[in-house]
Amino acid sequence: MAVLDILKYPDETLKQISDPVESFDKGLQKFLADLEETMRAGPGGVGIAAPQVGKFRRIAIVDVSAKPRSSKREVKHNGCMILINPEIKTWDGMKIGREGCMSVPDYTGNVIRAEKITLQASNAQGELIEYECVAYEARAVQHELDHLDGLLFLDRLVSRRTDLFKRKVYK
Amino acid sequence: MNNWKMLTLVGQDKPGIVAKITMALYDVGAKLGEASMMRLGGNFTIMLMLKSELSIDELKESIDVVCKSMKLNSSFQDIEANLHQHEIPDARITVYGADRSGIVAKATSHLLEAGFNIMDLESDVAGSEEEPIYIMHIEGVAADGIEALEKAIDKIKSDEVNVDMTPIDVMIG
Repeated sequence: MAVLDILKYPDETLKQISDPVESFDKGLQKFLADLEETMRAGPGGVGIAAPQVGKFRRIAIVDVSAKPRSSKREVKHNGCMILINPEIKTWDGMKIGREGCMSVPDYTGNVIRAEKITLQASNAQGELIEYECVAYEARAVQHELDHLDGLLFLDRLVSRRTDLFKRKVYK
Repeated sequence: MNNWKMLTLVGQDKPGIVAKITMALYDVGAKLGEASMMRLGGNFTIMLMLKSELSIDELKESIDVVCKSMKLNSSFQDIEANLHQHEIPDARITVYGADRSGIVAKATSHLLEAGFNIMDLESDVAGSEEEPIYIMHIEGVAADGIEALEKAIDKIKSDEVNVDMTPIDVMIG
């Protein structure tokens, strides 16, 4: 396994649309292992997309299970998700949250994302799997899948003064 | 040699302040850094980092015509740039209530006791002239942890203002 180099904006190749994966061969397995290692090597990295390491295929990995949290709330998650040719099927709710990106060092910004999504994607063996993701994990998935379409969180920034942070639930 | 300066500029708000000031600085070869510009009441305010080999007097001279014609007060001072070292805030706090003296002083004193470092503070005086309300958003780093911050938030609440704290969980992908 190897930690791969991360492309950093303003590298224009990050803005290109990636192609679907067609062959679930040994080469893919090796790449997935390297991609996961690269994600875990990044400081606080909970997700990574293949274009971030210069491979323009529709592959992303998301694993929010190990993320240290500032709050005591439990994070609902699906463990380590290998997402190949992923497709979001439904979006529900919206929330502002802070995002950063290994491809955009030294910057974090507010982005609106769906709070709850359902998606389907192939796993490493090419089996189609359906997922339901909420909150932090849903945010991570949407961020990574954007990379496959050449979008960075910079394309979705909202003003610092926009205040849509979730307030108390009124009963 | 470090040639970074901070320009502080205030004047009655009108269209063209940003374009004219930054064009004047561009014309003398200044390179701009990070900036915060906003309207506070009817005033437009600028805090602008810039890098230039010109002296402070020469920089003042370069924007003098614009400042005089638009009635702007400005000053430059030498600074360290310290770019590319953004800290990530881990909590956002909103304080609001009927406007009265001491809201900011008391709230921020409690935050300081809890080891909270303010990175960003914006506040507005809203409502009507007869019944003004004060609304403040703060972002920063809870150096002593979120639990210490939560205790500070409870203390602020007892001072007759509404307070809400949201941990900021940054997603790095």
